[in-house]
Amino acid sequence: MTVASAARPLYLDGRDRWHGIEIAFWLATLLPFVLFKSYLSLASQVAITALFALSLDLILGYAGIVSLGHAAFFGLGAYSAGLIAKHGWGEPLTGLILASAIAGLAGYAASFIIARFRHLALIMITLGLSLVLHEAANSASWLTGGADGLQGVRMWPLLGYFRFDLYGTTAYAYSLVVLFLVFLAARRLVHSPFGLALRGIRENALRMPAIGAPSHAHIRKIYTIAAVMAGVAGALLAQTTSTVSLEVLSFQRSADVLVILILGGAGRLYGGILGAVIYMVARDQFSGINPQYWYFWIGLLLIVVVMLLPNGILGGLARWSAIWRRGRR
Amino acid sequence: MERNLAARAAMTVAALSASGLQKAFGSLAVARNIEFALPQAARYALVGPNGAGKTTLINLLTGMIRPDGGKIFLGGEEITALRPEQRVKRGLVRTFQINTLFPHLSALEAVTLAVCERRGQSGDWRRRLTGHRDAIDEAYDLLNSLMLGEHCYRLTRELAYGQQRLLEIALALATRPRVLLLDEPAAGVPQDESAQLFSAIAGLAQDISVLFIEHDMNLVFRFASRIIVMVGGGILVEGTPAEIAANARVREVYLGKRSHG
Repeated sequence: MTVASAARPLYLDGRDRWHGIEIAFWLATLLPFVLFKSYLSLASQVAITALFALSLDLILGYAGIVSLGHAAFFGLGAYSAGLIAKHGWGEPLTGLILASAIAGLAGYAASFIIARFRHLALIMITLGLSLVLHEAANSASWLTGGADGLQGVRMWPLLGYFRFDLYGTTAYAYSLVVLFLVFLAARRLVHSPFGLALRGIRENALRMPAIGAPSHAHIRKIYTIAAVMAGVAGALLAQTTSTVSLEVLSFQRSADVLVILILGGAGRLYGGILGAVIYMVARDQFSGINPQYWYFWIGLLLIVVVMLLPNGILGGLARWSAIWRRGRR
Repeated sequence: MERNLAARAAMTVAALSASGLQKAFGSLAVARNIEFALPQAARYALVGPNGAGKTTLINLLTGMIRPDGGKIFLGGEEITALRPEQRVKRGLVRTFQINTLFPHLSALEAVTLAVCERRGQSGDWRRRLTGHRDAIDEAYDLLNSLMLGEHCYRLTRELAYGQQRLLEIALALATRPRVLLLDEPAAGVPQDESAQLFSAIAGLAQDISVLFIEHDMNLVFRFASRIIVMVGGGILVEGTPAEIAANARVREVYLGKRSHG
């Protein structure tokens, strides 16, 4: 490096470098294959939920676009994948791509409305959107099976070789690989110029036009991308469980993913993943003890985290580690 | 005189001009039939008592609010119907009286963002930001020229107030404006620093036309080649600093009131 460039800003260089903890984390995701074999189905659910939360993180955590109806795109992906398989095309990968494209198209259409609103109005619009879809799926029982759920989904072996087994080995491997690939794309996105523009929208949407930024176009783009990702997550759920219930479009699912992201820490990529792990494992454990009241503990955890760690668990950890490092110096 | 101005705006191509610009909020007229032309490379000041409609005029010119009537031209092209970001793309840029920045972006990130937007690279999500080395370098050079180089890694919200004012200007300059509208650039900046800030403005490239709102008449007389005086949503008079200083009506409505300050 020359002397002249040494005076240049070196920052922005280190940001997107892989951290040791990140590599350790992704290696740890392989542990269920050897240590928790009886939990592979749960692990697959966790990976799918993490992917769903990651998709919400891109719009909420990075661009500051609130949504209380993100299940709309998850559900669209799930029903599309389920219906494709039910009607004779059980190949998982093409089904996944097709289903997520359908969710993405819906997201693109919705984004024209989304880009015009903020805050409370946006919460209501997204909520309304998911309620409309939920009831539409409910009433169109000839197509979706209505409240009974979509039955008769038959998946072909993954890559023509790996059958979806009862233990969930294929399901988890499939979900994990897809999660990782989508994560890589999301990671690249947030460290790109577009990612910077999204943070600009989050920080001060009104200022963006004054620096020549077409914020509506940016919002439409990220909303579509997030809808595709949510569609991928929904499709994974349909394919790995061979069924689709109305619940994929429910308000509960939209609320859960928001809770998961806030718990873990929005705007950090890993927040939604960590939140999904904590939430899903807690649900599994608590509901084993008492199936009716486990939301009590989730509610309590949510209140405590938001009060004490406004930036979620990951935000809190980052702050503590910064304080600790400063203390050692 | 007003007709005269409009005719001149139509004949020679002004950097920025407006004709018959009107705006009312309910029964309150905030812009009354404004005729105005900013020539190329001009350094104009816009003065007037509080509530005279100065910021409203900038909001109208930059498209932040829609006029009820009238037309706006940027270098001969009518821009009345364009959205704010489209006007920025054509070279009409403003700063804000109250800091309107990106609190949790570093100064370098904020200016890099503006540079990327200008170059049309901000939609790129496949390449790393660090792959756009030249954009970052340009942002850094700009910050350096405004004495913000050594603070460029700090979050905007952690910068001192005067530095944030400079960052406002840096963000505007990053868009490479042809016309720059500065809304009280030195508002809230200590007096010795505000002269410095205006020196930076005066040192801008000569092909940039500048219109600035400023209350400190010493700065106005020092840095403006012409002065536009607004009162009650309309333009009272326009002239050279000497003409304005000698104008009895201006003294009455504006300078007289502020003689204590």
